Amino acid sequence: MTAVVKLSGATKQFGGLVAVDNVSFEVQEHQVLGLIGPNGSGKSTTLNLISGALPVTDGDIALRGREITGLPAREIARKGVARTFQLVRLLPSMNVVENVMAGAVFGHRRRWGASAERHAKHVLETVGIADKARSHVSQLTYIDTKRVELARALAGEPEVLLLDEWLAGLNPTELTEGIDLIHRLRDEGRTIILVEHVMDAIRSLCDACVVMSSGKKIAEGSTEAVLSDPEVIRAYLGDDDA
Amino acid sequence: MKRGDLSNLAWGAALLVLAALLPLTGDGYLISLGVTIAMYTVLATSWALFSGPTHYISLATAAFFGVGTYVTGAGIDHLPYWTLLPIAAVVGGVLAALVGLATLRLSGVYFVIFTLGLAEMTRQVVTWYQNKTGHKGTYVLTDLTDNDIYWQLVALAGLVFLIGWAVGRSRLGFALRIIGDDEDVARHVGINTALSKVALFIVSGAVAAVVGAIIAPRYVYIEPSTAFTPMLSFQVVIMALLGGTGRLWGPLVGVIPFTLLWEAISSSFPNQTTLLLGLSFLAIVYLLPGGFVGLWDRVKHRSARRRALA
Ligand SMILES: Nc1ncnc2c1ncn2[C@@H]1O[C@H](COP(=O)(O)OP(=O)(O)OP(=O)(O)O)[C@@H](O)[C@H]1O
Ligand SMILES: [Mg+2]
Repeated sequence: MTAVVKLSGATKQFGGLVAVDNVSFEVQEHQVLGLIGPNGSGKSTTLNLISGALPVTDGDIALRGREITGLPAREIARKGVARTFQLVRLLPSMNVVENVMAGAVFGHRRRWGASAERHAKHVLETVGIADKARSHVSQLTYIDTKRVELARALAGEPEVLLLDEWLAGLNPTELTEGIDLIHRLRDEGRTIILVEHVMDAIRSLCDACVVMSSGKKIAEGSTEAVLSDPEVIRAYLGDDDA
Repeated sequence: MKRGDLSNLAWGAALLVLAALLPLTGDGYLISLGVTIAMYTVLATSWALFSGPTHYISLATAAFFGVGTYVTGAGIDHLPYWTLLPIAAVVGGVLAALVGLATLRLSGVYFVIFTLGLAEMTRQVVTWYQNKTGHKGTYVLTDLTDNDIYWQLVALAGLVFLIGWAVGRSRLGFALRIIGDDEDVARHVGINTALSKVALFIVSGAVAAVVGAIIAPRYVYIEPSTAFTPMLSFQVVIMALLGGTGRLWGPLVGVIPFTLLWEAISSSFPNQTTLLLGLSFLAIVYLLPGGFVGLWDRVKHRSARRRALA
């Protein structure tokens, strides 16, 4: 079986800093892969390489066996990679349903007009804020802004979803809701790469994990095994989440 | 097509017909004022088609306009007048495409400066060429009257409004709004940002060139300093922002009062027009973000809330 996403020796250099250093891993269909590691270890940069936000310095990235290395972000989005951003990015001049439609019109599966709107509303139901479809994004609570961004990513019916610390910054009640929501996506059989610091979430959501530290992959395997790996614990030592 | 769309179209058509009746007054001064208003309406509306949603402030209007006047200037003795307008559109469109491909990757202030530079550069090139051939300017002698010019501009305004209306309902229009909000998000939802921006920039460039081509006979004698005056670019920006770019009709609402004020001031205090430009700019920045359209929306919003509370 070919992997949905496969990185082979992916490397990203910012001047003298190697933010992602020769990283390889695969994500299988219906798998939720946790990408974890201390602050500044290169997790977001890795997502940026996959989504095409940044070009790789070296290495290859493939989507279902077909190379996407060097393609612009829009081409990669059209091929079925959708993402959220570490700092939520909504479209400030638009209401909730328009924000979600933005993900449905130009991406992987394309819809337009009434069909796009219907679909956007359906996705808003999935993430639990159908009642706020006409709200302006400035009126939303923090978790709802995250839901809208997630809905936008889902709206193009992506092959793979990249979530960059989607659960960060939520209060305890919101966190429970948030984890439930991702659980539902997982049960729908979606393929997800999850960058996350929240250990509870990682344990309950991820089938497997890849651990990064200073740009390098230092461990990979089943979530349980990885989280008890002494080297992983060492990498996290000193970090608040250890 | 929704019912609201049809009634908007009907309203637009009715207003256009009404505007086209102006020459029947036979009042030369009114008609001449009408030409000026129609000209700025077309320029400001087409400018806003691109700059409104994307927030890229283009100061290249004078370049496209000037090129258009020179298409008429150079072609009038050799080609029938009617062929010159499409030629101007193509030349303006091609120039806009080149500029767009070269600059739309630039962000904010660099784009503004480049477009301003472009207008200057085009003017210098034309001046240099004319000096080389021993002319200072070009005569444009036609038997077109102010009425003819006015009607052409009103028809062009109708066309621009129709284009704007169609773009506003299209994927392209939606893409531009997304680009204006967040270009990175736009790329990540699958939008070809460069192509979308260039497409609209071509439309506004082509339209400005056609306006130049239509206006040229009014000048009778054109030279680079009048055809490429940077003042034109600034006026168009100020008028569009004064009216507001949030609606298709926004720029028009800025053009009319601004042109009337400008006329009044330049007839009694010819040296104070720059002051008007400056004051309008301050008014936009401090009092009217979003222009008259924004003000209108706020008032409507407030009264709707009051009604809801009552
Ligand atoms: N665009 C950039 N230009 C220069 N350096 C960058 C850029 N993006 C990231 N870096 C650097 O690369 C390193 C990895 O950053 P990255 O954001 O990928 O870490 P992260 O694992 O996502 O961290 P966090 O958990 O804090 O989000 C950091 O040292 C960061 O400063
Ligand atoms: Mg990060």
